Amino acid sequence: MHPTAHKGFIVAALLVATLAACWGTFSMADGAPRVIPVTARKFKYTPQVITLKKGVPVVLELISLDRLHGFNAPGLGIRADVMPGQTARVHILPQKTGTFPFHCDNFCGSGHQNMTGEIIVVD
Amino acid sequence: MRNNINRRMFLKLSGFGGVVFASGLGRPAWGSGTAAQDDFYFVQLSDSHWGFTGPKVNPDAAGTLKKAVAAVNGLEYQPDFVVFTGDLTHTTDDPKERRRRMAEFRDIIAALRVKQVRFLPGENDASLDGGEAYREFFGASHYTFDHKGIHFIALDNVSDPRAMIGDAQLQWLRKDLQQLNRGAPIVVLAHRPLFDLYPEWDWATRDGREVIALLMPFRNVTVFYGHIHQENHHMTGHIAHHSANSLIFPLPAPGSQPKRAPIPWDAAHPYRGLGFRSIEAEAQKKRYEITEWPVGKG
Repeated sequence: MHPTAHKGFIVAALLVATLAACWGTFSMADGAPRVIPVTARKFKYTPQVITLKKGVPVVLELISLDRLHGFNAPGLGIRADVMPGQTARVHILPQKTGTFPFHCDNFCGSGHQNMTGEIIVVD
Repeated sequence: MRNNINRRMFLKLSGFGGVVFASGLGRPAWGSGTAAQDDFYFVQLSDSHWGFTGPKVNPDAAGTLKKAVAAVNGLEYQPDFVVFTGDLTHTTDDPKERRRRMAEFRDIIAALRVKQVRFLPGENDASLDGGEAYREFFGASHYTFDHKGIHFIALDNVSDPRAMIGDAQLQWLRKDLQQLNRGAPIVVLAHRPLFDLYPEWDWATRDGREVIALLMPFRNVTVFYGHIHQENHHMTGHIAHHSANSLIFPLPAPGSQPKRAPIPWDAAHPYRGLGFRSIEAEAQKKRYEITEWPVGKG
């Protein structure tokens, strides 16, 4: 590669990296954390396992595909009613690593007790 | 298990308004000839889940409730009344099937010799239709009655699928309690625990804390409930809470395993963990004697 072309490539790469970093910064500064859609239906959440990074905020967008469900993760101190046709938004800023079970806490029928999942928070 | 207490500790804690525990090997003390005039006993049955099928946890699902009825009828001295603390039937999405199960349940328990029978709904009966079918068959889902000096309050913490008592019922309770003096003996009947027994398994009432706050000024309050398919004895301050065994399958101790799965049937000990209880009330002493009775040979 010609030295000038090489220098140009480095400048371009730095520019892309800087823009990417800025986008990320602006994204966080704008209060737009990652959004994770979660659906609930008799008697399952999708996804059932949600992996998050410690200290990185996310928003769960919960919606039911059939009837009223609940979303309760006592270990993280969060809960929401999950209704058909309405998106419930749950903001999470995980402060500790570990596995945190969640379950449906609005009785939804014969498989209600099996409607569970896990949030796994990693470093 | 958290916040739970063993029997010995419970006896120490309960003090005035205390409870004595016994196993059902003899007959209720009411029949012993030693009880005072206003003493009486009643029977609590819970969680019969009529309509449930699951041979691995109860191969006699269609026979257990009938055995319990026969066992109550076989008590040498009959109770003043019987109360079913919810989950009379197993849940179904089909309204016709729900009503069919309720009709069958009603027909089976009509064989009880005791004719004063009271009911409460469980979430299996009432949460999917707001208690509509339950009320058609069994009447009001929350109510009060007085019996030989004790004020009974039946609460509905299941018709709202969110496991809530709700503002209207709380207001009704507040008004009812205003009529009582602070020393009145009060028995509260409910399906779900009114305290946070184990919310991870949905063993709680979301606004149960408000009920307990309303009851707290009263010195002699005891709660009998179901839902968790096992005996559990717990104190919130001076208020005692006693859960009953089920008539379909036992559940594990709170938090003792990852999943809230029924305990499998043990062919060597059939009906183990199933049963009902008699509660002898000594109104003057504000004291209760709980006796647990098996439903069959366990």
